[in-house]
Amino acid sequence: MQVATGKSVLNGIAIGKIKVYTPPKVTISEDLIEDIETELKRFDAAREKAITQQNALYEKAVIDAGEDSAEVFSVHAMMLEDDDLIDATKEIIKNQKHNAEYATKIAFNNQAKVFAEMDDPYMKERSADIYDIEQAVLNVLFGIDPESMQGKEPAILVANDLTPSETVRLDKSLLLGIITRQGSLNSHTAILARSMGIPALVQCGEVQSKWDGKTAIIDGYNSCVYIDPTEDLMASLKAKQDNEKKQKALLQELKGQSNTTIDGKTIKVYANIGGPSDIGLVQQNDAGGVGLFRSEFVYLNAKDYPSEDEQFNAYRLAVEALAPKQVIIRTCDIGADKQVGYMGMHKEDNPAMGCRAIRLCLTRRDFFKTQLRALLRAASYGNLGIMFPMIISTRELHECKELLAECTKELNARGITVGNYSIGVMIETPAAVMIADELAEECDFFSIGTNDLTQYTLAIDRQNASLDPFLDTHHPAVLREIQMTIDAGHRHGTWVGICGELGADLSLTETFLRMGVDELSVNPVSVLPLRKTIRGINLKKEK
Amino acid sequence: MKEITYTITDPNGIHARPAGLLVKTLKTFESKVTVFKGDKNADMKKLLALMGMGIKQNDTITVHVEGADEDACAAELEKALKENF
Repeated sequence: MQVATGKSVLNGIAIGKIKVYTPPKVTISEDLIEDIETELKRFDAAREKAITQQNALYEKAVIDAGEDSAEVFSVHAMMLEDDDLIDATKEIIKNQKHNAEYATKIAFNNQAKVFAEMDDPYMKERSADIYDIEQAVLNVLFGIDPESMQGKEPAILVANDLTPSETVRLDKSLLLGIITRQGSLNSHTAILARSMGIPALVQCGEVQSKWDGKTAIIDGYNSCVYIDPTEDLMASLKAKQDNEKKQKALLQELKGQSNTTIDGKTIKVYANIGGPSDIGLVQQNDAGGVGLFRSEFVYLNAKDYPSEDEQFNAYRLAVEALAPKQVIIRTCDIGADKQVGYMGMHKEDNPAMGCRAIRLCLTRRDFFKTQLRALLRAASYGNLGIMFPMIISTRELHECKELLAECTKELNARGITVGNYSIGVMIETPAAVMIADELAEECDFFSIGTNDLTQYTLAIDRQNASLDPFLDTHHPAVLREIQMTIDAGHRHGTWVGICGELGADLSLTETFLRMGVDELSVNPVSVLPLRKTIRGINLKKEK
Repeated sequence: MKEITYTITDPNGIHARPAGLLVKTLKTFESKVTVFKGDKNADMKKLLALMGMGIKQNDTITVHVEGADEDACAAELEKALKENF
């Protein structure tokens, strides 16, 4: 078995035989020509045929991938009608006496270079469009039919690179997955693959032509491909793929439905995510919003303290993409157990009870304020909730709110207005449960972090497997704390959700609903199974 | 000759597809249409040249429209700029 890695375009599994997609080798003659008229006519005819093809691809892409993804082809058709590009090509035929193929290559390459050298990243990428239409014209001139390269059997296609035109031309019923040596996650090809729901790996440097005909599995979750996988691996990934299919069927059935019990009680089901790259999962699984957006990724993926702008861009992306759905971002929850080199944190004997989360943030205020300003700037782009972790006292919440006010002033002084947002507290310590009434008066929502709440209530280290005999994840102490928190919240008009692992525990869903929980936030893939469970519960029926 | 001055408000600037549609519209007129930004200028009836100007949000462009149907062409151009850019 061989394992190769790349960048994954889509979380998904593809299993099948590999077909190596190699464009036929053609050589462009540099010999001088006699019959200029014929070459001019050949170029015109090829260009017109290419325009017809691009318009047809547009129609196909609208159906396969949607209007937005299809636009590139209507742009291609328009570029092929550009007078400067046509004149430049014809000049080479007329004045330098070269054939249509050579003239096309030189003139189109020159135009591609003009775009490649522009500063604007969007314009830079347009050079790929010019290369694409160049290839389209050359294919017509050489009489190459790109469809014939795909083969007749369902396969995972392996190529050096694929142009958007090539990607859309592919017969989707025979396309299991795509692996390319080049390309980027934001290329048109990647975007098309994503919107067509096809697992794809780009920038897979180890691509080899001898893979042709071998069995392979693309594991989009882990950004890798297995060539000649072992039987065990095949069985486990096949199971994962079957699960995906079930999930898809569930989605068809449940998408757009409400999270309502038989007797008519509706709650919110949100998703927990770890970064902007999970936004697609939130949408695919039809979550009502994001109940826990862990902001640690901005710190853990960086070499130095991330700037306000970097953070703002990441938060804005999520808030804007999901608007008007609510997105609750938890402020930095880093402690001595998560190593972040540049933060220079002291080693602690007992990090779980140490300087973590809000304690770290209120100790290092400049660092915290950078995050708060970035969050406040993102507020105007959608429906933002800001949530503070590890709160044990009202004083801490007051200080957080004072810092928010300070940051708002600073932003106003810079001419930035701050939009509406709501404030939440994570309930993950017994202390927070005991003072939930006081906290509820000061915030808009609670979210119960059952993992830490269990650990701190039972005094059991969750990472220590030898304590498993003592760990009861449904311990009545924890369940009572949840009930107390919900009741305290409701006394003050504060809604209460659960974002820890227990939220996705389907054996507790009915219990939580009877307790009066308003929201459950779970892994994106758990959203639909949870919805199904809720829709089967009848609270009027005696338990 | 008619002159139009316009500041781009679209966050994307002059992107390929709206630019292509604009060029198509302008080509239905006889007038010569030239766009100026800073010290650069281009024939606005040519898509690739127009895109090559790299016109972004907040850039102010000046356009000269000259020809028999310049009034109608300028009016159409002004409308298109306001709607899409």
